[in-house]
Amino acid sequence: MSSESFLFQAFIYLTAAVIAVPIAKRMGFGSVLGYLIAGVIIGPFGLNFIGDESRDVMHFAEFGVVMMLFVVGLELQPVLLWRLRGPILGLGGLQVLVTSLVFAAIALLLGLSWQSALAVGMILALSSTAIVLQSLTEKGLMQSSGGQSSFAILLFQDIAVIPMLAIFPLLAVHAVDHAADAGHGAGEHSAGLVTSLPAWAQTLAVLGAVAAIVLAGRFLVAPAFRFIARTGLRELFTAAALLLVIGIALLMTEVGLSPALGTFLAGVVLANSEYRHELEGDIEPFKGLLLGLFFIAVGAAIDFALIAANPLLIAGLVCGLVVIKLGILFGLARLFRLGLDQSVLVAFSLAQVGEFAFVLLSSAGQLGVLEPTISSPLIAVVALSMGLTPLLLLLNERFIRPRFGTRERSDREADAISEENAVIIAGFGQFGNIVGRLLNANGVSTTVLDNDSDRVELLRKLGLKVYYGDATRLDLLHAAGAARARLIVLALEDVEENLKLIDIVAKHFPHLEILARAGDRSGAYALMEAGVTRVYRDTLDTSLRMGVDALRTLGFRAYQAQRAAQTFLRYDEAALHELYAAHKDQRTYISLARQRIADLEEVLRNDREERWRERDAGWDTESLRDDVRRMMGGEIADSR
Amino acid sequence: MRHVLILFAHPAFERSRVQRRLLQAVQDLPDVTIHDLYEAYPNFDIDIDHEQRLLSKHDVIVLQHPFFWYSVPAILKQWEDLALEHGWAYGSQGNALSGKYMLTAISTGGAAAAYRREGHNRFTIRELLAPIEQTAMLCKMIYLPPFVVHGTHLITDAEIAAEAAAYRQIIIGLRDDLINLEAARRFTAINTDLEAIFAGEEVRG
Repeated sequence: MSSESFLFQAFIYLTAAVIAVPIAKRMGFGSVLGYLIAGVIIGPFGLNFIGDESRDVMHFAEFGVVMMLFVVGLELQPVLLWRLRGPILGLGGLQVLVTSLVFAAIALLLGLSWQSALAVGMILALSSTAIVLQSLTEKGLMQSSGGQSSFAILLFQDIAVIPMLAIFPLLAVHAVDHAADAGHGAGEHSAGLVTSLPAWAQTLAVLGAVAAIVLAGRFLVAPAFRFIARTGLRELFTAAALLLVIGIALLMTEVGLSPALGTFLAGVVLANSEYRHELEGDIEPFKGLLLGLFFIAVGAAIDFALIAANPLLIAGLVCGLVVIKLGILFGLARLFRLGLDQSVLVAFSLAQVGEFAFVLLSSAGQLGVLEPTISSPLIAVVALSMGLTPLLLLLNERFIRPRFGTRERSDREADAISEENAVIIAGFGQFGNIVGRLLNANGVSTTVLDNDSDRVELLRKLGLKVYYGDATRLDLLHAAGAARARLIVLALEDVEENLKLIDIVAKHFPHLEILARAGDRSGAYALMEAGVTRVYRDTLDTSLRMGVDALRTLGFRAYQAQRAAQTFLRYDEAALHELYAAHKDQRTYISLARQRIADLEEVLRNDREERWRERDAGWDTESLRDDVRRMMGGEIADSR
Repeated sequence: MRHVLILFAHPAFERSRVQRRLLQAVQDLPDVTIHDLYEAYPNFDIDIDHEQRLLSKHDVIVLQHPFFWYSVPAILKQWEDLALEHGWAYGSQGNALSGKYMLTAISTGGAAAAYRREGHNRFTIRELLAPIEQTAMLCKMIYLPPFVVHGTHLITDAEIAAEAAAYRQIIIGLRDDLINLEAARRFTAINTDLEAIFAGEEVRG
């Protein structure tokens, strides 16, 4: 493809996405449906901007699924994964088994050979990881028990693709050219080096690869990223993150495992690493774009000519398929003691056929397991069922869920996949770490972001949850859970950086309460100008404490000195706000250095002119003594 | 219509059972201002001007607090010391509070029976509250019989609810001038016999 046509293609895809997705989101359909519609519009049956190459694009974009599972893995700590083992094996296993058998039986009744019927059953048992995870995340349902069960089933399906591909050659009913094995993308099965080895060596290679990922993730990745982080070049970090994901995908393909599974495993291993949020932030945009591309390609691949030729047959197949999958999923979810509304969520989420079906169908066609007369309409059915998913979820959300009303109990929500704390601390230097320690000491857990890799390493050794990353990056804030946090503590050394962060927070997370470290007085003015009211000057409280000690050393009583400092602090804070107005008026006329001096002058003058109220008069009043003296001779009424 | 100011003092409000419910019962009342002293002044740094402005704006001053060591919590004593200035609250020139009402609303751990000559607290509630009563007198205020919840260690939720409802009724009564104060003075506590002090007046809200 020439670079010009490549740019034109990119232009078409991006235009379609940029126009269709916001409209779909605005109408409440979610981004997946937006992408699908965009695909239909620019596809061969719409404006015909893209043609056959959309199939290639789809294979390329399937890598988005690999990245998505990596990100999902990053958010899933090993402990949580272990807790999900029941649903993954039980619910996931039963779902694949039962659904495969039911569809195989139906196919058999429709007159297919038992081999073809079995292949169709297995293909239709799968659901779409890409669509389901994207939709559930977007709707904030991933952490509900229904969301977690859906995830468990999808995970099992992703694993199940590999044995399915292994079984297909055994199901061949008519001979075809075996060499034409199609191999690309996510659910990959292309024979690597290893397939030529004997079975025991293959097994060994698989185990070796998995062990390599776990060990490298544990011991190699963190130091390597630390090394890269020290260069201070952000794009290098992004490159390293991409390298990691692509490397694992290649390794997995080589040993005959699913790349999605491999990157998922790597993600889980790295879930406890200090680079977790940074990795998530780096991979996220690529993942999002590739998935978007994938959905567009699916939309473009829907063969409307075929559908128009047999509208009733296709519609019947799609409806039958969705209804049967719905029924089985719902039944199994109920069997596994999920609540009514959560079971419905699982059923409606997973009722489509997944993207791996495209891979399996083409493989089955090439291996001679399925005739083209069967696989072509199936491709259309699969694509349509995927397109229906956002609509089904919408149906559930608008009409079915409200009717049940049994909302997820709030104490259950705490069982979240990702660690999301109410407080984010940006900058864990000498300022931020005291804030963090105070909060932690009182049972408030915090998400800490710091971009000094040495410090992060040290603090993590001490058992603190600190993540490496530049807190002024929007994606990193997203990964740190800013959308759900309640307040953010800005404790970066540089006021300019804090200001940058305030800008981002105000724009993207307006719900966050901001507590900002101000540096000196001029820093405080800058923060106030940015609209922050809770500003904390670096040395104010320490200086006051030192002043109190100085007074005590000179013979002041401790409480008197302490009251003096309290009074001073209160007047100084009030003065800060008054003088801020003056500062704003003249700031345009003079340089920054002159401004500092002018501000100080203003402060000192203010101190002199301020007629401080006679404090604590209640404890010793001149007027009371006068009063009493005047009443001498009479009865002294005062009790003191 | 009178304006009611509730000066609330509880150093461990997060652990409070009775005082919390009392406060909740009057929180939504119009013309009733609640001023949580420990929340406003965690450093005991009472803003005297602000306190005096508040006092001036209200007609009924309620001191609501647990009865610690037969007295007010520390911050309320600090408040008395600093806010009730000579020449403002008392003294020959101090008439700012003159004619206003003062009500103490307290909760005690001990049962009512303990606050008797022969009980283990040896003095009655009214005797132990004498310093507050005299503070009100010195400020030329009208001192009302206290609102008292006894036996908070053993009190049941239903009993707390009943006390909270009575408290709300009395605060409304004071605000809307529905209480027969002459009748109330016959009782040790303002909440001893609600029917007697309301004397057929209908309480709204």
